[in-house]
Amino acid sequence: MNSSFWYMGGYARYVWPCVAFACAVLVWNFWSAQRYLAAAKRRAARGLAMAASEAR
Amino acid sequence: MWTWFYKLASPPYVYGVAAALMPWFLGFAAIAIGYGLIGGLVFAPPDYQQGDAFRIIYVHVPSAWMSEFVYTTMAVAGAIALIWRIKVGFAVAGASAPIGASFTLLALVTGSMWGKPMWGTYWAWDPRLTSELILLFLYVGVMSLRSAFEDPARGDRAAALLAIVGAVNIPIIHYSVVWWNSLHQAATVAKLGKPSIEGSMLWPLLSMFVGFMLFHGAVLCLRLQGEVLNRERQSAWVREAINS
Repeated sequence: MNSSFWYMGGYARYVWPCVAFACAVLVWNFWSAQRYLAAAKRRAARGLAMAASEAR
Repeated sequence: MWTWFYKLASPPYVYGVAAALMPWFLGFAAIAIGYGLIGGLVFAPPDYQQGDAFRIIYVHVPSAWMSEFVYTTMAVAGAIALIWRIKVGFAVAGASAPIGASFTLLALVTGSMWGKPMWGTYWAWDPRLTSELILLFLYVGVMSLRSAFEDPARGDRAAALLAIVGAVNIPIIHYSVVWWNSLHQAATVAKLGKPSIEGSMLWPLLSMFVGFMLFHGAVLCLRLQGEVLNRERQSAWVREAINS
C-alpha cells in the first residue's frame, strides 16, 4: 500500500479510527456471544450434575 | 409453511438450527465484509465533494441500518412471544438487544467522526442523530428492564412491552430527514427509483450490508443458544445438547 492510501486525502484521522472501532465492535460481539454461550453451557452442566447427585 | 413456523417455537429445534447455521453465517459474513472493506477503502473512487472522508459510510451506513433492523426484530419477536406465548420469542428478543445496542453505538460514533470534517462538529441535536441516540437508550432500557426483575418471566414480558412501544422510534429515525430540516443527508441508497450513488461505490456498500446482516445472524445464533439453554436448564434434551 502506498502512503496516499493511508493518508486518505487528509481524512486519515477520521477514517481509520472508524474502521478500527467497527472491527472492535464486531470482534467484541463475537467474543461476548461465545462467552455467553459457554457460561450458559457451564450453568446447565452444573444444574444437571446437581440433579443427578440429588437423584442418587 | 406453518409446520416450519410451529417448529420454531420448539427450543431444542431452535437450538439445533442455530448451532448448524452459525458457522455458515460467520463464513459468508467474513467474505462479504472483506470484499466490502477492500472495495470501499481501496477501489472505490473518492467522492467529488467529501473526498476520502466519504469512506466512513462503509461502516457507518450498514451499522445504522442494522441498528434499526435489529430493533425491529427484537420488537417483532417480543410481540410474537407476548401474543402467542412462545418462549423462544423472548429468547430472540433477549439475544438481539446487546447486538443492536452495539450496532447503534457504532453508528453514532462513526457518524460523529464523519460529522466533524463535514459539518464542523462531532454532534448536533439534529432529528436523525437525536432519534438514533434515543434508539441506543431504548436498547439500554430493554436490557436493564429485563434484568431488573427477580422473576425472569416478568423481566421478559416488561422488556418485550418496552421494545414494542419503542418501535415507534424506527419510522421516526427513518423519515426524520424527510419530515424535518436535517443536517443529515437524505436517503442515497434505500430510496424508490435509482440510488444516487455510483456503482463502484454502491456494490461494496451493499456487500458490507449483507456482511453485517450475516454477522448479526452468526452472533444471534450464538446468543440464542445461550438464551435457550438458560431457559431450558431443567429439560432432558439439554444433557445431549451440552455434551455435543
